[in-house]
Amino acid sequence: MSRPLQESPKALSRRAFLKMTGLSATGLVLGSMLPVSLPAWAHTSENHSKDLNLFVSIEHNGQVNIICHRSEMGQGIRTSIPQIVADELCVNWEDVNVVQGLANEAYGSQNTDGSRSIRNFYTKMREMGAMARTMLEQAAADQWQVPLDEVFAKDSFVVHKASGKRISFGSLADAAAKVTAPAVDSLTYKSKKDFKYIGKPMQIIDLPDIVTGNTVFGQDIKLEGMLYASIERNPVVGSKVEGFDKTAATKVKGVVDVYQMPTQPSPVLFNPMNGVAVIANNTWAALQGRKALNITWGASEHSSHNSEQYLTELNKRIVNKGKSIRARGDAYQAIEKAAKTHSATYTMPYLVHAPMEPPAATAVFKDGHCEIWACTQTPQSTQQNVAGALGIEKDKVKINVTLLGGAFGRKSKPDFSIEAALLAKHTGKPVKVVWSREDDIKQGYYHAISSQHFIAGMNDKNQVESWVQRTAFPSISWTFNGSADEPSDGELSLGFGDVPFAVSNLSCETHKAPAHLRIGWVRSVSNIQHAFAQGSFVDELAVAANIPAHDMWQQLLGEDRKVDPTKEGFKYGNYGEPLDNFPIDTKRLKHVLNDVVSKSGANKATAEGEAWGISAHRSFVSYVAVATKVRVKNGKVEVLEMHSSIDAGTIVNPDRVRSQQEGSMIFGLSLALMGEITVKDGAVQQSNYSDYQVLRMPQSPKIVSYIVESDEIPGGVGEPGTPPVAASLANAIYRASGKRIRDLPVNKHFTV
Amino acid sequence: MISFTLNNNPIEVDADPSMPLLWALRDVLDMTGTKYGCGIAQCGACTVHMDGSPIRSCVMPLSAISGKKITTIEGLPKDASHPVQQAWLDNNVPQCGYCQSGQIMAAVALLESNPNPSDEAIDTAMQGNICRCGTYPRIKAAIKDAAAMQSGKQASQHAESPAQHFDFNLAKNVGDNA
Repeated sequence: MSRPLQESPKALSRRAFLKMTGLSATGLVLGSMLPVSLPAWAHTSENHSKDLNLFVSIEHNGQVNIICHRSEMGQGIRTSIPQIVADELCVNWEDVNVVQGLANEAYGSQNTDGSRSIRNFYTKMREMGAMARTMLEQAAADQWQVPLDEVFAKDSFVVHKASGKRISFGSLADAAAKVTAPAVDSLTYKSKKDFKYIGKPMQIIDLPDIVTGNTVFGQDIKLEGMLYASIERNPVVGSKVEGFDKTAATKVKGVVDVYQMPTQPSPVLFNPMNGVAVIANNTWAALQGRKALNITWGASEHSSHNSEQYLTELNKRIVNKGKSIRARGDAYQAIEKAAKTHSATYTMPYLVHAPMEPPAATAVFKDGHCEIWACTQTPQSTQQNVAGALGIEKDKVKINVTLLGGAFGRKSKPDFSIEAALLAKHTGKPVKVVWSREDDIKQGYYHAISSQHFIAGMNDKNQVESWVQRTAFPSISWTFNGSADEPSDGELSLGFGDVPFAVSNLSCETHKAPAHLRIGWVRSVSNIQHAFAQGSFVDELAVAANIPAHDMWQQLLGEDRKVDPTKEGFKYGNYGEPLDNFPIDTKRLKHVLNDVVSKSGANKATAEGEAWGISAHRSFVSYVAVATKVRVKNGKVEVLEMHSSIDAGTIVNPDRVRSQQEGSMIFGLSLALMGEITVKDGAVQQSNYSDYQVLRMPQSPKIVSYIVESDEIPGGVGEPGTPPVAASLANAIYRASGKRIRDLPVNKHFTV
Repeated sequence: MISFTLNNNPIEVDADPSMPLLWALRDVLDMTGTKYGCGIAQCGACTVHMDGSPIRSCVMPLSAISGKKITTIEGLPKDASHPVQQAWLDNNVPQCGYCQSGQIMAAVALLESNPNPSDEAIDTAMQGNICRCGTYPRIKAAIKDAAAMQSGKQASQHAESPAQHFDFNLAKNVGDNA
């Protein structure tokens, strides 16, 4: 059965494109700047739309344009944000046209990371929808000369209650745009029972374009007269270009220019790395030209960094008492008195994002203005950093956000857009900088290598009375200040300093760990290592106490209560949210754990060689528990099933919450089974999916996700599903095989 | 000048014969539906059909496709009426979408050679196509639905468009059927 698409790709005139992107307002000469391929985000009609507010405009034909100011990278935000606005606006979904927002501070933060698009904008988007709806209602009431409360909006019309007469949004557009915007505190909102889109599993708006190959990602931009650049960058951070063969590279067919990038200052920040750009008529020629560069690289202070040796040093350090960041009672004294003690050290390697689309950005520089098209998570900091690099004012830089072919935090660093801007300025032509897969793996912003040590003391009733946890890893702060040599409070707020356990004596400590690579944030950030260690140690204590893991979790989580780490000396960030609105609620964490255990059957007996493992974690103010079932046979681990339960408060699109849980489990499984970046003599040793392996379909288990129904304030969705995965897997492997894996990835010990 | 058939149209490309088909499609012919992911035939984002078989266009030099019949994602119906496209819509498969052209082309080729693939056959055929977002369970479910559609057995649970009717089945656990 053939089914009509929600929105057929519309042919787009040059005028419509220019209007949509606002290009004509920048004063640029635009004759050559219409992308050759027509991007999904450029759909609009040629009618004159009437702005009702920053996010909503209406055309005479009834089309309602809703701005999505957040970046689409697979989480479905280009659908979820408009869902919220459209619901309060009472517009039919068929009339909605989603317009991707340019970089614009007026929207508020556009930094699409930290699992906060819905968390931070749910209320604002309802406001925008309710405001526009009220203006349309007012316009109709004025036209009919009736009081406002005698009319209501429904399905793209305003209706007069008494007479039943109605008038379309499109017909009201002009008048509504002239209505004074109502005060926010005067707005009325739908009640949950009346929601038409919020909480409903809407199909993503870009789906028809995706299945017909009509999408435009950062890599897909093409402008008339555009050149393609590929950059050979320093293999070791800080290493400088000492010489290269410009002549040989220039001789390669299709190469038009070879340009040495400016020296990268320290701290590294988002500055382009040292290197040499090959600029050509097509990507292939640029890649070939690079091979002829034969660059001589200078030494760097990081040239002696070896990840294996580095981890050995961290492991030696971590067994000693560290710097206290949070304490309760006297953990050390209690451990001395304990009937039983248990300790363990856990490690994780460097990881890299490896999104399917490597970074790419296209820039034009003309008459002191710059325009960028990029797969960026962070248009505003791209704008700011590009302006800084070019030495022009921010308002002379325009940032168009394309679709993002995965991101996971990599594309919240605007380095690749700065590269494109510099090369556009150098050549005077549009330039697309294409990162190769090798570039992406070898010159990333890496998830930190880490070591953690845990000690617990139990009484003779197997109750845990003291808990010591230590962590050490190079800090993201180093990337920004060049000097940080220990974890920051921000990183420690991610699943370490916020440990919610009801033990009488607690000590949370850190150790020094200098940085030698660009350290960055990767999906769920420090929660990855913290939840792995914590979730594994809970399981180890259950084994030591000879009780089911679920019982040990219940014991440690204790009574239903709200935990406040700030009262024990920790500068807790709580994902930027106040603790009174978003407390650490042990009841909710216990609930997701109970939910996943009962629904998955993780408490049931299994066949020989098979076992379940569980873990739970709060992150991004949401709660997730995961149960994993494995079979270990003949030295091979086979993951049979993974189940997760999430309590993310109010949710907007349950299908996308589920897809994010599915994806989070696979992302977590991938890094736990195989994720490993190693460094030798300062340089990353992996280069592509051949040696930085990620999960493939035959390794992908049966996956089930459960969503806890909740009316709480929205929490994060994109990241919280990942942290509990690694521990649930390692726990399952232990229970199936007797082998406790404390050093990830699993493939160091088993075939996967 | 290399001559071949592209989506049923004869075409000539003036480019370096060693240039992989991928870059000719993307940079020379402006057909960007086929994606770059790795350049070494590891990820499958660049999958197209050559004489009906799936190939990795990132390692296929233009010189090797002279006279061949190439089909890209743009060669599938623009109204998304192919059973594989329909099944992708029904299962709301993609997340970011970047790998999906390659996944769909691999799935179409699989069903052309094996109209009713087992789980193992699907795993084998699709193992060269990476999805970093983790849509594997939905891809597998969609391939099974497409197989059923092609053999005339409409998957009953997908008879209505979820987008039009807010059918909560869309939010079903894909693992239940996988």
